[in-house]
Amino acid sequence: MSEAIDIRAAGLAVARPLDVALLWRRAVPLLLTAPLLLFMLLLYAVPVLSMLMRSVNDPVWTLSHYASLTSDTVFLKVFLNTLYTSLIVTIGALVLGYPVALSLVRAPRWAPVILVLILLPFWTSVLVRSYAWMVLLGRHGLLNEALLATSMIDRPLRILNTPLATQIAMIHILLPYMVLPIANALRQIDPSLARASSGLGATPWATFRQITLPLSMPGVAAGVLLVFVLALGFYITPAMVGGPREITLSMLIAQQVDQLKWPYAATLSAVLLATALAIIAAFYRLPGVGNALRMGTR
Amino acid sequence: MTTIRLLPATVVGLILLFLALPIVVVTVVSFSSATYLTFPPPAFGLRWYRAYFGSDDWLRSTWLSLWVATAVVVLATLLGTLAALGIARLPKTLRMVASALILSPLIVPGIVVAIGIYYAFARYGLVGSPLGLILAHTCLAVPFVVTSVSASLAGIDPRLEQAALSLGATPGGTFFQITLPLIRPGILVGALFAFITSFDELIVALFISGTGAVTLPRRMWDDLLFQIEPTIAAVSTLTIVLTAALMGCAHALRRRAPG
Repeated sequence: MSEAIDIRAAGLAVARPLDVALLWRRAVPLLLTAPLLLFMLLLYAVPVLSMLMRSVNDPVWTLSHYASLTSDTVFLKVFLNTLYTSLIVTIGALVLGYPVALSLVRAPRWAPVILVLILLPFWTSVLVRSYAWMVLLGRHGLLNEALLATSMIDRPLRILNTPLATQIAMIHILLPYMVLPIANALRQIDPSLARASSGLGATPWATFRQITLPLSMPGVAAGVLLVFVLALGFYITPAMVGGPREITLSMLIAQQVDQLKWPYAATLSAVLLATALAIIAAFYRLPGVGNALRMGTR
Repeated sequence: MTTIRLLPATVVGLILLFLALPIVVVTVVSFSSATYLTFPPPAFGLRWYRAYFGSDDWLRSTWLSLWVATAVVVLATLLGTLAALGIARLPKTLRMVASALILSPLIVPGIVVAIGIYYAFARYGLVGSPLGLILAHTCLAVPFVVTSVSASLAGIDPRLEQAALSLGATPGGTFFQITLPLIRPGILVGALFAFITSFDELIVALFISGTGAVTLPRRMWDDLLFQIEPTIAAVSTLTIVLTAALMGCAHALRRRAPG
């Protein structure tokens, strides 16, 4: 320890007369980071921000675009539909994801198989997975054919191009984002706690409810945050498998751009972005969420 | 006891089936001999793969996507690795601003990024050109490189670099002989993610690929608007195989990576 301090002191003593060397050492991190920062400022941040500015400076500085949203029935319907879809998808992903995360951690023999089954769809593009659900849920898709073959229905069900199809496909696409943070939280629980609980006579259910579930909550919160925020911005899946009337905010934004209504598109984009950021800010304050997010997304 | 255990196992099995089913179905449909989309296929054959490999349009889009993704890998890996090396040693405020900017494409909804880029690139004359796609995809791919390389860097024992320096190595020599070999798996994982990010990207491509730079996902999307024919299943299966292979590599590398 004292040696390290000596070396540092010696280094300082050498560096002091050579101010240029010290300056250079301070400048190096900035010089390494600057190319990427300039690249992203020029090609990403400035484009997105200048587009968003159209919501307040077109044709003159005004907040009227935002004010008119409060009486815009199309926007309100689409915004509520987007929030509702995200909520349903988050609940669905949580209900399906928790048992998978639990078995991923508790059944080490099956863990590699489960992990591949979670990660293979995770790595497949959203477009391909949405297409797969078109194949599955279509009028002559696997689901209808199977139900017809077993005589459970006598006419094909209309599932494709309904909100239900959007919800099923989005749950499928976002499920890994729920499973991975929960599994990480479960993995960090000291196994001796569960042993102590059952040793003291608790039933497996009581142990789960009183030990495992509360200790996994940071992972649950991180998963809920990830899935909800990502679901808010979904565009491809609802456009492909969803209903023509139940559109999402992202789809409404794309429509406005197609009609070159930039101020309206920019206003809607700002609302979408602000909603996502507000939810992240609210969740980030919960204990352990930041940590669980970092672990879960790695 | 067995029934208590069997029930959760069945439930988890069904959920895993739900996860795997779409991929399996697309793969099976791609080998269908039918002219329209039906499941199960009446017979199997390679007609949709022949249709894909016999179509200039599909092949042109495939090559475009492959080389755009390759250029994105080069650009994103270079810029991202340099930034990851520098960012940890920046003063605190600057570091937080820089990482917020670099990581924000992970959080900002895809449509907002896409129309923002479209808005600006239309003025720069970058719509309908591969260069526009490369620049836009690089912004989306860079966060994966920076997080992956930063994780590798955080896993390095600082005493290794100190030892090299105290034994007389130059800072440059220390970087190339100690630091770079240790973070190489992190760089490779980041590069693979960058490739897949670009290769699979659709939303930005919908706005800026125009008619001059139609990527593979863009052509699939355009085709789906008209008809759901099994050529797309064949293309999908090929991209699933490619992505799975690349991700298998990434997983193997990550297991060896420090930290």
